[in-house]
Amino acid sequence: MKYVDEYRDPAQVKALLGEIGRVVTHPWKLMEICGGQTHAFLHHGLDDMLPGGIELVHGPGCPVCVTPLEQIDKALMIAARPEVIFTSYGDMLRVPGSTVDLFNVRAKGGDVRVVYSPLESLKIAQANPDKRVVFFAIGFETTAPPNAMAVLQARQRGIKNFSVLVSHVCVPPAMEAVLGSKHNRVQAFLAAGHVCAVMGYHEYPPLAEKYKVPIVITGFEPVDLLRGVLAAVKQLEAGKAEVENAYERAVTFEGNQPAQKVMGTVFQPVDRKWRGIGMIPQSGLGLRPEFESLDAETRFSVGEIVTQESPLCIAGEILQGLKKPPQCSAFGRKCMPQSPLGAPMVSAEGACSAYYKYHRDVIYG
Amino acid sequence: MCLSIPGKITEIYEDGSLKMGKVDFGGVIKEVCLDYVPEAQTGQYVLIHVGFAISVLDEDEAMERLSTIREIAEFEDELNSDEVR
Repeated sequence: MKYVDEYRDPAQVKALLGEIGRVVTHPWKLMEICGGQTHAFLHHGLDDMLPGGIELVHGPGCPVCVTPLEQIDKALMIAARPEVIFTSYGDMLRVPGSTVDLFNVRAKGGDVRVVYSPLESLKIAQANPDKRVVFFAIGFETTAPPNAMAVLQARQRGIKNFSVLVSHVCVPPAMEAVLGSKHNRVQAFLAAGHVCAVMGYHEYPPLAEKYKVPIVITGFEPVDLLRGVLAAVKQLEAGKAEVENAYERAVTFEGNQPAQKVMGTVFQPVDRKWRGIGMIPQSGLGLRPEFESLDAETRFSVGEIVTQESPLCIAGEILQGLKKPPQCSAFGRKCMPQSPLGAPMVSAEGACSAYYKYHRDVIYG
Repeated sequence: MCLSIPGKITEIYEDGSLKMGKVDFGGVIKEVCLDYVPEAQTGQYVLIHVGFAISVLDEDEAMERLSTIREIAEFEDELNSDEVR
């Protein structure tokens, strides 16, 4: 397939690995923000092929993992109501709440449906006027514009039985939280290419300058990932800390303006708690006051709730790059993809599920 | 979550106020929203995320970068053949 096959060419992968090996002289620590990239590195075995000394620190870029427990519990409460059709991206269904997950709610008779696109959720609302349809709007800046469009369309088309449970998060405040931590080990970032396809990279130069870290916009195929690593390592070796775009075919400095515009019409920055990490100021997106009537939290009056995390799970340390999954006592024993204790074992982006799936049960680095 | 797949636009049409289209992912055709890529035309490749095109892929940029990597690969081959000698 075009734009895929040529970026998986073994000869080019080998060439880039050779080039990285020639350039590197220090044991650098790079963080790939996006969990999709964590999975891609492990899936293609690139983490094992990188020259010794280069360590990948896996970032918090897994929206399923960082969606706060309160929001999951609210989703479970709303989804269990008999008049509700609860719609969600598939990954969310197995994420453990305080007691159960959305699959359990469905097993007990709740109408929980997986949608591929938020527009599908709107169609379900139109086809079921006697039901109240709720969409679980989670994700980073990549997903916020599609979700915002669903909200805007519901308003414009007068679809009154549709509402959203919002738990959006933003990447730059999370990068700053990582860099500002006293435990920080990250020396350069591979920035999330698809977040940047939407947002561009105008938010990054102040971060690179303030914390003296190279930030390289990176794609998802093997050649893209290694180009990101090479650019970051070259900068580190030269003592530079610049923002660089290594995903030129998909990302521009300004990003996708029409998408940013709709996102800004529907959402506004809010303080957001990240599961396992805690509150990060202005790190989330919530509905603007003019869209409050579409807010499921208001419609179903789910207020403050008491939550309960698994005492064994060390998801917080995993998400901050402080520990690797095999360092958790529950990894692969009490916590597995079929019966996860924490969200990183669930998702197609969670670091724990990547280590489990690709058998990286030995600690390295 | 932020997974996005490249696909080729085969058809563009309006649905209410939205620009929609059909996109071919190596043989699998899906309906997608093209409202965020108003400049996109049939035949172009777009990145699709949760049923929305978020970026039109820049073919010239892609070709240029790939040729740079090919040069690295050639250099790598030369190095290897030097080592053999």
